[in-house]
Amino acid sequence: MSCWETVADYAFRSLGFGERLLPRSDFTLCQQFTLIGSGLIWNVYYGALALGFGFFLAVSLAVGKAAANPLFRKPAEWFIFVFRGSPLFIQFFLAYFLFLKLKQWQPVFDPLTSAVLGALIVLFFNTAAYSGEIFHGALRSVPRGDVEAAEAYGMTGWTKFRRVIFPTMLRLGWPSYTNEAIFLFHATTLVFFSGFPAWQQKGDALYYASYFADKTFNPFIPYPIVAFYFVLLTLVLIGLFGLVNRRLNRHLPQDQRPRMRLKPQILR
Amino acid sequence: MFSYCEDPSTLDGLVWLSCYLTTGKQFLFYQSFGTVLILLFITAPVALAFGFGGAIAARSRIAPLRWVGKLYIAMVRGVPDIVYFMFFVIALDQALEWLRHKWKCPDWDQPIRQGSDFIVCAQAKLPLSAAPQVWHEVYNASLAIFTFGIVFGAFAANVLFGAMRAVPRAQIETAEAYGMTPRQAFWRILVPQMWIYALPGLSNLWMILIKATPLLFLLGVEDIVYWARELGGSANPRFTDYPHGDWRLWYFLALLVFYLAFTRLSEIVLGRLTERLSHGQATLGGVKQGKAA
Amino acid sequence: MKKLLISAAALAVTAGMGMAQDVVRMGTEGAYPPWNFINDDGEVDGFERELGDELCARAELECEWVTNEWDSIIPNLVSGNYDTIIAGMSITDERDEVIDFTQAYTPPDPSSYLALSMDVDVENAVIAAQTNTIQAAFVAEQGWTLVEFPTPEETIAAVRNGEADAVLADKSYLAAAAAENDDLMLLEREEQIGGGVGMGLRESDDELLETFDAAIQSMKDDGSLNALIEKWEVASTF
Repeated sequence: MSCWETVADYAFRSLGFGERLLPRSDFTLCQQFTLIGSGLIWNVYYGALALGFGFFLAVSLAVGKAAANPLFRKPAEWFIFVFRGSPLFIQFFLAYFLFLKLKQWQPVFDPLTSAVLGALIVLFFNTAAYSGEIFHGALRSVPRGDVEAAEAYGMTGWTKFRRVIFPTMLRLGWPSYTNEAIFLFHATTLVFFSGFPAWQQKGDALYYASYFADKTFNPFIPYPIVAFYFVLLTLVLIGLFGLVNRRLNRHLPQDQRPRMRLKPQILR
Repeated sequence: MFSYCEDPSTLDGLVWLSCYLTTGKQFLFYQSFGTVLILLFITAPVALAFGFGGAIAARSRIAPLRWVGKLYIAMVRGVPDIVYFMFFVIALDQALEWLRHKWKCPDWDQPIRQGSDFIVCAQAKLPLSAAPQVWHEVYNASLAIFTFGIVFGAFAANVLFGAMRAVPRAQIETAEAYGMTPRQAFWRILVPQMWIYALPGLSNLWMILIKATPLLFLLGVEDIVYWARELGGSANPRFTDYPHGDWRLWYFLALLVFYLAFTRLSEIVLGRLTERLSHGQATLGGVKQGKAA
Repeated sequence: MKKLLISAAALAVTAGMGMAQDVVRMGTEGAYPPWNFINDDGEVDGFERELGDELCARAELECEWVTNEWDSIIPNLVSGNYDTIIAGMSITDERDEVIDFTQAYTPPDPSSYLALSMDVDVENAVIAAQTNTIQAAFVAEQGWTLVEFPTPEETIAAVRNGEADAVLADKSYLAAAAAENDDLMLLEREEQIGGGVGMGLRESDDELLETFDAAIQSMKDDGSLNALIEKWEVASTF
């Protein structure tokens, strides 16, 4: 079987298309690359959606945590504390149990126990908590002068937030947010590792890698393949976030634009 | 444990629970908390050492060394840590045994790899297969610490590299003006001053490390997650005196509480430390107003 | 405790001097009753514990028990972290390519289904199985709906909470669970997959393989193996 045929058979195996049976003997490098790459679709799915939805919750959490009213502040603080203070691994496990209970109680919750939705929700909350903390930090460092200037122009409430505070917060928090995004994508490899079961052998990149490691009894090929894919993914992410960063800072003079680099204090 | 635990099937309520919670198996669970904490406290300095080495390499004037340092720093950014854990331990174990094999059995003529087997001479085994179980566990734990140390050392290298760059340039220039060699300036000026810049990052790293401990079971350490799964699973009366249903939820909730409490405690301690270090002159009494950030 | 550590150190030293008698390390999973499990005292127990101890006694070997996750149980054997796998592992061609098996110590037994009701149509149902078992491979091969879990415990939990309609696993394991829970029952349908269960060893360990093979044969011959099988209800007898 040529490599192209393998690609045709397995490229979308993780979504349930193509050849149903996974290879069981005479494993080739091509098969490993194709299937693990196919699994990567799920990593991208979880990462992208959780990040997309999480952004909005994160901004709300940041504003909530900065609020003077304890009615807003306390829930935001607790939410951030619980999700940042415990391992994602345990969160997946507990969420799966919780979703099972919900499912037994009301059939409406059926889809929650599948990784497609359930794990996405956990990742969504998780990244929202981490990004919320980042944006909260950024919110506190919005220069006082900017806000005063906005007020001098007669801006208040929502307008002031939308036109001055929010863009500045985003600009200041962006480098750390980039990191959060990268580590969120890395965290997606935990989905099929704790709690959520794999259906019909449809799993993520790490799931297929461990499948091959189990079958070939040789961990030294499949895991480096996963590593290779993730390096690519990370580079793409850095590129994309760099573009946004350029846009966010386009009004600043050249020499004042912060360069995208990992700031020491804000690793996830 | 208690004398009234002879026949647990006749007990109920709290008495039953007191017996259940003191079986040998439960004690292994409690012990595993200790194991995790010990590993954590050993791993942190190991990771810091790796990080320090990495940061120095990344600042080196020798290009290949600098590339190695930078590559090391970039390593954790590009690849999920869990991927390393999946094969690092076996790789390390085999590498060590191979080195010992070369040293102890120079006249061994069979290949090391026979099919999928990895074979070294009996004297090169780590630990020797006759060694008692304790040593095997110690060895496994050291491998786990080493692996954690390498991976989280890359994070630490990143933090320290940034911190070294954050020390004002003028400080080094002043040191050089006083006639210090670059080496002296590095050890006497840069290193003592960088810690305050590194502290927020290192605190964060400590939190990351805490939250990475559930992955220890991937490295063959029977940690709290392993025992929570094992003990929480429903117990069949044929095989135990303490049958119960699926209690994994409760065990994992206990783990959640443990982690939340531990991170909270770390936050408070590290917050105070930061405060004390950043106000250079703050005294012990002055920390009273210290608020956990 | 201290005393134990010191004597351990002393042992390690003498071993380093080249004792002829090596300790054989027995690797098992410890999560598959009645085959192997961790008892209340935190020790490995079950059919295979008793069998293994008896085999070692007959072969005059000193044996030590080690537990390892099922997922990595073969890689850790081949890289030498323990010397045998004795974990209810069925002899299959796939595994036989990588490790060697002793003769089977239980006859080939059918795998069965455990479900909440007798009228589950397995071909159109959701079947749970432990990852990387012959049962998981079987369900995938049939093209049925497979859902995989890392531990045997979780597969049964999945049926109870409605995630899966039935579990496919070794009959003895499921029978033990069914006997204790009124809501769970074994389906009539059974599948004949895999050979018997044997001990796994590295392909290069021919000598040890022969030793254990002979020990198993002697237990077969004097009927003590059958007695053990009946005691733990793990399989049919020879």
